[in-house]
Amino acid sequence: MTMVLAFGLAICGTPMVFSQDTPLLSGGVAFLTNTTKGNTSYQPIIEPLTAVPLGKNFLFESRALLVESFNPDGRGGYDHSHFIGLTYMQGDYVANPHLTVVGGSFILPFGTYNERLSPVWINNFLNAPLDVQLGLLGTGTGVGGELRGSAIRTPKYSIDYTTWFSARSGNAYFNSERSFGGRSSLYLPPQRLEMGLSYDRSLQGTQENFYGAHVWWEPEDEGFRLRSEYARGHHAQGYWIEADYRSSAFGGLDSWVGRFEPLFRINQTFRRDTVVSDGVPLVNTQQADFGLDYNLPHNTRILTSYSRQFASTGDVNIWETGIVYRFLFPAWKGRR
Amino acid sequence: MKARHWIPGLMMMAAMGVAALSAPQAHTQAAPPRGAQVKVKAYQSPKRAQSEDEGQKIFDQNCSRCHATPEGFSSRISGTIVRHMRVRANLSAHDEQVLLQYFNQ
Repeated sequence: MTMVLAFGLAICGTPMVFSQDTPLLSGGVAFLTNTTKGNTSYQPIIEPLTAVPLGKNFLFESRALLVESFNPDGRGGYDHSHFIGLTYMQGDYVANPHLTVVGGSFILPFGTYNERLSPVWINNFLNAPLDVQLGLLGTGTGVGGELRGSAIRTPKYSIDYTTWFSARSGNAYFNSERSFGGRSSLYLPPQRLEMGLSYDRSLQGTQENFYGAHVWWEPEDEGFRLRSEYARGHHAQGYWIEADYRSSAFGGLDSWVGRFEPLFRINQTFRRDTVVSDGVPLVNTQQADFGLDYNLPHNTRILTSYSRQFASTGDVNIWETGIVYRFLFPAWKGRR
Repeated sequence: MKARHWIPGLMMMAAMGVAALSAPQAHTQAAPPRGAQVKVKAYQSPKRAQSEDEGQKIFDQNCSRCHATPEGFSSRISGTIVRHMRVRANLSAHDEQVLLQYFNQ
């Protein structure tokens, strides 16, 4: 609660040093549908993000999630439920050119999906990969501190790092496990190739280790993008590979053809035993996702996908559609 | 879906709502869109054009790696965006400065 009040004071009382440092409001508004085994559910979502610079070296940032879910009740009608909460709320201090110190409730930087792709206005698919919970220690957030930055930066390669420690928190708003971990990535700008490794360890209960690796490749001026991630825990492992493409051959990316974005993703999870501790399906599962997104003008996207899931418990068809609007504007007028 | 999850969320949204309502003219001075194919303007000094090229490159390599290019935003938040990206994308100090110049050109 104290952090929320501090945020309120910060956003209301921050003196603006530079006009370009006005606090911003960003995020996404979406309406999603999911049809699984013939049952259709609906989800209006608002996911706002705020970033407030404080002086020359501080930044306060936070993201919230508001979801209303309408699900079939089995009697021909619909039940609805809602969720409102903060995804993260953190303060960042840029200590030097290679180090940023983060404190508060932060997104666990394990792999790439949780930190980079999970916002509704970023993800190409409406559903997360099957193994997404591996390494996220239940909540996907930590309460504590994080050190991160660019270790080396040259025209031919760069290395960045993130390391963190989280305390155990049973707080209703900021729940986390006592844990630590880190991630490091090597990026080759000429090849547009990124490779990274992640590790984290839960320091409470069963004290499991989780290992992750990711490879992203986005060749220059090709409109093609390949993302992949592998994660392994004590009881399960899995991977996903996602490819998407936008053609500029028919009048550029902003032509009506260039706005189409076909997608494909393959997911597989493998159980090593039946101990449930990681959110991965209880039996070995494969899923193929076929998507077709359309990038409308004015930061709006239409997302559609069909998924076929294969498992010994039964195969499932999943149809998803959604429309997402991304907003980004100053929180107030600010000083010129 | 615990009821207590409402409290911080509502406070957050209230703070955002107040902030947004207090800026009724926030959209009026949007900077030119920075798309993936930003065209060089009619005349630019070689140094400025080079800076813009480098800024475009840094944008493509770091920001566009994860998300689509926002179609346009106010120049009043360019510094905030760059600082946010510095943390999120682990930008170097050099990249942060070049990106800021690129946004402000």
